[in-house]
Amino acid sequence: MRALLARDLRLAVRAGGGFGLGLAFFLIVTVLVPFGVGPQTALLTRIAPGVLWIGALLACLLSLDRILALDWEDGTLDLLATAPLPMEGIVSVKALAHWITTGLPLVLAAPLLGVLLNLAPGGFLWIIVSLAVGTPALSVIGTFGAALTIGLKRGGLLLSLLVLPLYVPTLIFGAEVARRGADGLGVGAPLMLLAGISLGAVALLPFASAAVLRINLR
Amino acid sequence: MSLWEYANPVKFIRTTDVVLPWVSALAVVCLTLGLAWGLFFTPEDFRQGSTVKIIYLHVPSALMAINAWMMMLVASLIWIIRRHHVSALAARAAAPVGAVMTVIALATGALWGQPMWGTWWVWDPRLTSFLILFLFYLGYIALWSAIEDDDTAADLTSILCLVGSVFAVLSRYAVNFWNQGLHQGASLSLDKEKNVADVFYFPLLVCIAGFVLLFVALVFLRTQTEIRARRTRALITREQQG
Repeated sequence: MRALLARDLRLAVRAGGGFGLGLAFFLIVTVLVPFGVGPQTALLTRIAPGVLWIGALLACLLSLDRILALDWEDGTLDLLATAPLPMEGIVSVKALAHWITTGLPLVLAAPLLGVLLNLAPGGFLWIIVSLAVGTPALSVIGTFGAALTIGLKRGGLLLSLLVLPLYVPTLIFGAEVARRGADGLGVGAPLMLLAGISLGAVALLPFASAAVLRINLR
Repeated sequence: MSLWEYANPVKFIRTTDVVLPWVSALAVVCLTLGLAWGLFFTPEDFRQGSTVKIIYLHVPSALMAINAWMMMLVASLIWIIRRHHVSALAARAAAPVGAVMTVIALATGALWGQPMWGTWWVWDPRLTSFLILFLFYLGYIALWSAIEDDDTAADLTSILCLVGSVFAVLSRYAVNFWNQGLHQGASLSLDKEKNVADVFYFPLLVCIAGFVLLFVALVFLRTQTEIRARRTRALITREQQG
């Protein structure tokens, strides 16, 4: 498992791996928002937590089809399937690699972009916390979607259609934590619920993803 | 004699052929009776005026939109556990019907909301979760139509249905957390003594019965069509190979 994780990370970081693509996308979305809604700082302060969450979510979505598609095309996935590692393990490692290469950079970049959006001073800590807690769920749910659409030619668009509704609860609670944090309110309840969704998804969804992959590899 | 006999496509077609005309006729009768009664022979509401009559389309369609997804969930489970093809095809057949029911519920709700709330749409928990349900239907239908191999499609969509159900319920309660509601609470509950005034209640029950029968009839018909289409494809393949 560790070897597989190391391999995925190396592939992502080296040229053509698309590492940083999600990050650049996050930056561009955040920069475009003031153009869309106008530069009034008061307005930007109000919408900053939500915009950061949506940007992170879209950046995550953008990189989903890379989780499994490349390995599927060159046959690596077939080899992995015959390896002694259980399919659930493979899927979990893939999701973890996706989180390290996409989710973690997003978490670290969010406060910097928060400066651009004039995020309230109290919000910086909570945007980091909420993204750190919420992005693992995004990666795991995304891996499930990627596994579903792996064999399809026009899978990319379908992948978004399938995954975005699944992202709704995570987004609601994540953005709620960030918003309440920025407004200086208590964040206990939404943070617990967000953590609950994340942990539940990490614990259970790999089984669904593995089942889907097995069907697709038949 | 067990329920599983109907998992045999031939038996299913033979039985539904007998049942289908009756169910369709009953659906027509119930809908005609319920809608005519509801639309023309009930008094106008004290405050809502004649817009109260939208209830006869709105409530039954919303009810069926949720129940259609429940039926797909059960059918998907049966397919995963017992591998009965009819079950998978029934789930597939129900999806577009359920999606249309969702659209009807949303559209009639908007028509009612415009004069009553002064807006076509608010981000109310109930409205929002229905919109999300509609997105789930879209994803499900799109996945079915995107995969060529029938069994793979059935497997993948049934797993999507299971996972989607969990997330649909999560979303339902998450949106409660996110915004306060404008939509009234449940108007129909089995455990309440009095739900709505009797003049509105009885035609509404007839309409609900009509929508349930309509749904059953459509699902039977569409499942039959799916079975026959698949059989035709199999015959054509055999012809080409032989």
